[in-house]
Amino acid sequence: MERLIIFVYQNRAFFTFLALELFCAWLIVENNAYQGTKFLNSSNGAVAAINNFSRSVRDYFELKEVNQMLAEENTSLREELEYRKREVYPQITTPLSDSAFVKKYEFTTAKVVNNHVDFVKNFITIDKGRDAGIAPGMAVISSQGVVGKIKLVSKHYGVITSILHVDVMVSAVLKRTENFGTIQWDGTDPSLVEFKYIPRHVDPVVGDTVITSGYNAVFPEGIIIGVIDEVKLSDEALFYDLKVKLSQDFRKLSFVTVVKNYRQAEQDSLEQVILKLER
Amino acid sequence: MSRGGILQIISFFIYLLYQVLILQNIVLFHTAFCFLYVAYLLVLPVETSPLALMGIGFVMGFSVDMFYDSLGLHAFSCVFIMYLRNYWLNNLTPQGGYNSTDSPSLALNGLQWFMVYAGPLVLIHHSVLFFMEVGGFAFFWFTLWKIITSTFFTLLVILIAQYLFPSRRR
Repeated sequence: MERLIIFVYQNRAFFTFLALELFCAWLIVENNAYQGTKFLNSSNGAVAAINNFSRSVRDYFELKEVNQMLAEENTSLREELEYRKREVYPQITTPLSDSAFVKKYEFTTAKVVNNHVDFVKNFITIDKGRDAGIAPGMAVISSQGVVGKIKLVSKHYGVITSILHVDVMVSAVLKRTENFGTIQWDGTDPSLVEFKYIPRHVDPVVGDTVITSGYNAVFPEGIIIGVIDEVKLSDEALFYDLKVKLSQDFRKLSFVTVVKNYRQAEQDSLEQVILKLER
Repeated sequence: MSRGGILQIISFFIYLLYQVLILQNIVLFHTAFCFLYVAYLLVLPVETSPLALMGIGFVMGFSVDMFYDSLGLHAFSCVFIMYLRNYWLNNLTPQGGYNSTDSPSLALNGLQWFMVYAGPLVLIHHSVLFFMEVGGFAFFWFTLWKIITSTFFTLLVILIAQYLFPSRRR
């Protein structure tokens, strides 16, 4: 025993090295697999405050673009409003129950305080958290498209798993032909994502719009993701290799909208019942 | 605490804040990252004990991780190069050896020696960091390209910093 202790003491540098590296490796695994260790990330108060400061300086340089984006969004919303006004609604004859009119989605706007696009697993930090009613699992969109999913929240800050994260998959649909597939990033170019599982018989063309399907109860239906940028089909493949150009430029993300789906729990629990029955 | 110790602590925070406030936003061509904070670890005095080196490396890496949302990644790479650092320094001992308070910087032995000292350590740091981040060798060539460009970028910025703020021989 004594000799063992002496041995450990003599090689203390190596054993400290081993212990620290094992601890780090454990942190990495924990952070990837789980919801992340609760406090040691950019939603931590002090860290977020510093990021916030850094962001507030950078904000001045982006004012022009943000302004233009907001003006464009205003225009498109106004057009939609005009369109709605002209529409003739059919008179509803069968009475609907009250719960059918209860709103399904609630939107909260948040400011981006920290954002990465160049890693393989990218995260975005926003300045709204638990106090604003935000919870892990909610969808995040922007005026120009899908952004990601809330990973975890602290009191005043939240961390989003961006679409630019190799493990994130989003159910999507090709708007023109209504075929379903999955959007996933390949980890290289932050403006392109892959659109998988579109079968051979469909013929997607460059320029087709890809939108969310609303199948997974996280993202609302019909949120734009991007347009097809490249179509490839090798001879023996079952599915197309499609590249989609994201409509949201993630490098210029400044404001996002968090979507709370009031019926997500209902839809999920209903689907769970079916899954159990089938098994 | 000695005057040197206080200076070390201040420069720790300067390097850390400079990394997370400014260099975090600078990524050239989506591939070349600059991790200048490694320079702080490289120029710690020669006589720092291995335990202290790894401790400081861990704290520095961990702090950077909190800002990059990559818990453990930077800490892992930093502890790794801190473990290797003293072996590497012993291999590169100049004629006459080191003084105990020397810091292995550009001013100590000139450009060529410093590049030989810092180059491989930065390369190892970046290799560990990027391959750990991907979690394997899935995007081997892309990751390798990232490592090489980032190593050059980081080394360049370290050199510029060394010329701008030369650490005087004490």
